[in-house]
Amino acid sequence: MAEELLVVSNLKKYYPITGGVLGGEVGVVKAVDDISFSVKKGETLGLVGESGCGKSTTGRALLRLIEPTAGEIRFDGVDVMNLKPDDMRKMRRDMQIVFQDPFASLNPRHNVERILEEPLIVHGIGTSAERKKKVAEMLEVVGLNSYHARRYPHQFSGGQRQRIGIARALMLKPKLIVADEPVSALDVSIQSQVLNLMQDLQKDMGLTYLFIAHDLSVVRHISNRVGVMYLGRIVELTTSSQLYSNPLHPYTQALMSAVPTPDPDVVRERVILEGDVPSPANPPGGCTFHTRCPRVKDKCRTVRPEFQEIEKNHFVACHLYNQA
Amino acid sequence: MSQPVLHIENLQTHFFTDRGQIPAVDGVSIKVHKGEVVGIVGESGCGKSVTSLSIMKLVPNPPGKIVGGTIRFKGEDLVTASEKRMREIRGNEIAMIFQEPMTSLNPVFTIGDQIGEAVRIHTKASKKESRQRAIEMLKKVGIPRAEAIVDEYPHQLSGGMRQRVMIAMAMACNPELLIADEPTTALDVTIQAQILDLMRQLNRDADTAVLLITHDLGVVAQMCHRVVVMYAGKVIEEGDVRTILKEPKHPYTIGLLNSLPKLEESQERLYSIPGNVPIPGSLTTGCRFAPRCEQAVDRCRQEMPELVAVGENHRSRCWLSV
Repeated sequence: MAEELLVVSNLKKYYPITGGVLGGEVGVVKAVDDISFSVKKGETLGLVGESGCGKSTTGRALLRLIEPTAGEIRFDGVDVMNLKPDDMRKMRRDMQIVFQDPFASLNPRHNVERILEEPLIVHGIGTSAERKKKVAEMLEVVGLNSYHARRYPHQFSGGQRQRIGIARALMLKPKLIVADEPVSALDVSIQSQVLNLMQDLQKDMGLTYLFIAHDLSVVRHISNRVGVMYLGRIVELTTSSQLYSNPLHPYTQALMSAVPTPDPDVVRERVILEGDVPSPANPPGGCTFHTRCPRVKDKCRTVRPEFQEIEKNHFVACHLYNQA
Repeated sequence: MSQPVLHIENLQTHFFTDRGQIPAVDGVSIKVHKGEVVGIVGESGCGKSVTSLSIMKLVPNPPGKIVGGTIRFKGEDLVTASEKRMREIRGNEIAMIFQEPMTSLNPVFTIGDQIGEAVRIHTKASKKESRQRAIEMLKKVGIPRAEAIVDEYPHQLSGGMRQRVMIAMAMACNPELLIADEPTTALDVTIQAQILDLMRQLNRDADTAVLLITHDLGVVAQMCHRVVVMYAGKVIEEGDVRTILKEPKHPYTIGLLNSLPKLEESQERLYSIPGNVPIPGSLTTGCRFAPRCEQAVDRCRQEMPELVAVGENHRSRCWLSV
């Protein structure tokens, strides 16, 4: 079994809600509520869920771009949570992030060369000439040309910008890339180009991905294992093929049945969920999914289900599978 | 066959900009019959939204202008219709739902005011009657506590609920044609499933003709009877939904379907169409798709193919299928 590059235990991120005359804390939004998972070297772990489920917060908390409230993050054997800011910055050489919006995540006033060179400057790597050479090389790697270096972000299409975003993340030769909805803003024909690029890069450079997305088909395609999130918790985590052939959690089942497929011959049993995702500021007690669950039992309303391994490599948090 | 509810012929909507005249919609013809759901699919900049705005004559002018073609709604040409006549039609005989329910609802009016507005304007109903109609519509689109929600404001509702309100508003005057421009794109999949279900049900019950604009081929498979595929301002393929999704003829449609990751099976590698979606206005001679087409021959680069029949109710704009 491959070595674990990233181990996350009991990660929490709570946001205080302030209110009242004195602006005191009146409650918390549990954006990420006690989640644990690990990512093996060279694999892609997907995190899926609907808006507000905490998948992006998780990605950012791992890099401490958002300071987690509690929990433990071990990256390559180092306890990330207890690093001093300076050491943390050095640590980020090995853990980089690619953002969703290629329009908002590139500085419009800097040309591509400057954008790509910046991580090297920050970490004091190479001379100016060496850095420029690296930029030119990296542009070729992500399928652009070295003559693009002098251009500005607005001169590129969405797909090309996302390539620049990926190139920037790769400049420091990181071990882990957190990809936060990297293809959601792209057209279908461009999306597949970027997904293929990411797979090629993973093979060539031995990268490990944490791939965050809301599109189940995309996540299935790129991931080895997938975690499904709902209201700040992981409800199911297993291999990609297991999750799609044998989803256990009622939420996963509903999510899968809701994805429209372009094949008119595929007939799926459709589970249409009632209602909306409850507010994370006031989540339901017990299992957070009980308000919408078609198979709810009394116990679900009061007791939070444990996240446990039901079959080998198949974790689920649901009372239906509680063996105790 | 009976007269179509909507019959667009050779529509040309151009934008006049500093960079010159951009043919965003370039000779598009579409028919929608009563009770039929027709999908327009395509990637960004293909002209699908401009087509739908042209029908409502909502293309901002300047810079946009309908420079040619006809849009017949039950036989009446909307291109030459007066603004007064258009105001009678909009929201009454033709209604529209937009992608972003938050920006298309007015934040300072209650839900009831906004649904009732169309009813008051078009049917001369009293305030009380229109409010009653609003409650009735809210119940129809599956909003719980309709009597209370009618007096609430858009910000108090979730995204899925807002889209339901938009649909209630659109359906309040029993339109004969509903134009839905990416109605579920901003919604989560479980909410999308609810909204699609609702739209199917309304289409069945009221026999409303629906023109659905989307980029999602999965949504098309679930909703549409017929599909029109657009690329760079042109219709490049059309046919009934089965034909287009199972036996597409145009290399672009084939490429688009192949580049989708599938939920049912795992693929080693996705097919990808080379190159980028063309920037509107950067037009070449010949077939618009030729620069990205792997099967392009010399003729494709020189001459624009016609949209020709390749089967029953199936037309494709490609030299390979001629």
